[in-house]
Amino acid sequence: MNVWNWLAVGGAAMLALVVVAEIRRRTTTGATGRRFFRHPAAAPALFVLAFFATVALAAPLVAPYRPYQQIDIEQLADHAPSARFLLGTDPYSRDVWSRLAYGARISLGIGAIAMLVAITTGVVVGGVAGYFRRWVDATLMRLVDVGLAMPRMFMLLMVVALWEHVPLAVLVLLIGLTGWFGTSRLVRAEVLSVREREFVAAARALGAQPSRVIFRHVLPNAAAPIIVSAALGIGNVMLLEAGLSFLGMGVPSPAPSWGNMIADGWPKMAVAPWCATFPGLAISLVVMALNAVGDALRDALDPRKETA
Amino acid sequence: MAAWLVRRLAASIAIVWAVVTLTFIIIHLAHGSPFLPEQGQDIDPATLDRLRHDWGLDRPLPDQYALYLRNLARGDLGLSFALHRPVAAALAEALPNTFTLAFTALILDFAFGLALGVYQAARERRFGDIALGNVALFVNSMPTFWLGLVLLLVFAQRLGWFPVGGPRDPVLCPRVDSLACVADFAWHLTLPALTLGLVGAAGTARFQRAAMLEVVRQDFVRTARAKGLRERRVLLVHALRNALLPLITLFGLTFPFLLTGAVLVEWVFAWPGMGRLAVTAILQRDYPIVTAAALVASLMVVLGNLLADALYGVADPRIRVRAT
Repeated sequence: MNVWNWLAVGGAAMLALVVVAEIRRRTTTGATGRRFFRHPAAAPALFVLAFFATVALAAPLVAPYRPYQQIDIEQLADHAPSARFLLGTDPYSRDVWSRLAYGARISLGIGAIAMLVAITTGVVVGGVAGYFRRWVDATLMRLVDVGLAMPRMFMLLMVVALWEHVPLAVLVLLIGLTGWFGTSRLVRAEVLSVREREFVAAARALGAQPSRVIFRHVLPNAAAPIIVSAALGIGNVMLLEAGLSFLGMGVPSPAPSWGNMIADGWPKMAVAPWCATFPGLAISLVVMALNAVGDALRDALDPRKETA
Repeated sequence: MAAWLVRRLAASIAIVWAVVTLTFIIIHLAHGSPFLPEQGQDIDPATLDRLRHDWGLDRPLPDQYALYLRNLARGDLGLSFALHRPVAAALAEALPNTFTLAFTALILDFAFGLALGVYQAARERRFGDIALGNVALFVNSMPTFWLGLVLLLVFAQRLGWFPVGGPRDPVLCPRVDSLACVADFAWHLTLPALTLGLVGAAGTARFQRAAMLEVVRQDFVRTARAKGLRERRVLLVHALRNALLPLITLFGLTFPFLLTGAVLVEWVFAWPGMGRLAVTAILQRDYPIVTAAALVASLMVVLGNLLADALYGVADPRIRVRAT
């Protein structure tokens, strides 16, 4: 870590603070925003997320080394945390902090993209099932029943292991496509109640197409639970990715992800605990922040059910 | 009630069948075969052909599928390629280990979770509640296997209080047949069960706290307080009983979660259960074991849901199911 890296880290923290303050200033003018920030963990959680997102984007500035660089395999493997190596080095003499920073790109990216895939699929399936009801609903919901009973981790392991060399994009897509079942149930329930309201009947009476009614009139009024489940879902995906990578079937090895950093550090846990400890802490912290934001969003969007 | 049960059972069987079929398709569409020679290994192609023929892998896929279903209906899960023994025997050995682990974890999960949730609700929005709430949220956000690694490092490696893995001492206790060996088994069980239980307990506590707070605001609780009952009695007897209901849903969801969560914990602690068996089988392309593991896993989910629905009726007569 040289001076510039420290400055960059400090800059990332400052930027995150500014982002949180700005979000707070803009949203607390409304009742929803005020309810969101009334949750004691909301602001700190947003800060954590903003900080890690900044670190991920600014990884080349924040990290002193390249993530793959084996600095000195003979002298500097398993080096304890120090001024030069903030979080120590791993068994292959790579800088753990640099890998953590670059790994944030992969881990957060997978979480966000897979969740986007899952939420989109879940919203479309749930919306269609709830709006059209009858056999469409029955068919889709039986599919969802099967999906929910499917051991997800196990299925993903199977696909990755048997198909060998699954590209990262496909893995992300698979994680997303196995994660929409719960969301679609949620959306369906919401759509079932919204579609009976007068403004939906009015839209239909005006001759709007089903797709327009679903996406312009029904879904925006069913958005609250979708947003909450998205926030909670990113965390779940990150944990899943970590688990898969830990078994050596997630993100392929030289690329840094927080999950396979734990996997790389695990065999040396006894002599170099920092290799596996810090990535795990990072995952826990980010997932915790996502859970807290999810809780706060629930309080903000659904005032009837306050959790904290 | 009977009609409801029959319908639910039929639906459950259909779901399990669908999962098994899906697994079968995924496995057989993948490249490669279980009898691919490893690199540098020289095997006569004729031998490979003979092996494929012996195991029926040279037949058309629909035939293999029909045969598999026919055997399954008779309760025959087939033979494992890699272990050279019936799949049922391998499962019979692994399942009790996983069940013991998951069940112990479940008890820890609900015991800690309930206590913590009730305590937090009693101290709502005060220091104890907020501090414990954040700790619980943090623990609940940890990757289970990582918590296992940390516990392993601290309590087994550094402090040496617990063994680093395995279900029992292989020399002193090759099988659990004496009191000392039961103690040995429990000693080996502590860390993995704690890992799985703690992560779950943190979630249960969050759930239970919310349920308690909802109940505490109701009129009958005010009445109980107005009668002059002690706060302890109001909370633990009047409120808790009514706040237990949502926990039943959680039970239906938790048990399958523990079984799948156990995959990684079993891996970390070298616990010879279903998860370990399944992952090893996937790596070895041991098709019969993989399919059987998917069968067991989906069966657990379905049974968990069924059990939760049935328990609902027992716990709350108002929502006892009608055969509609």
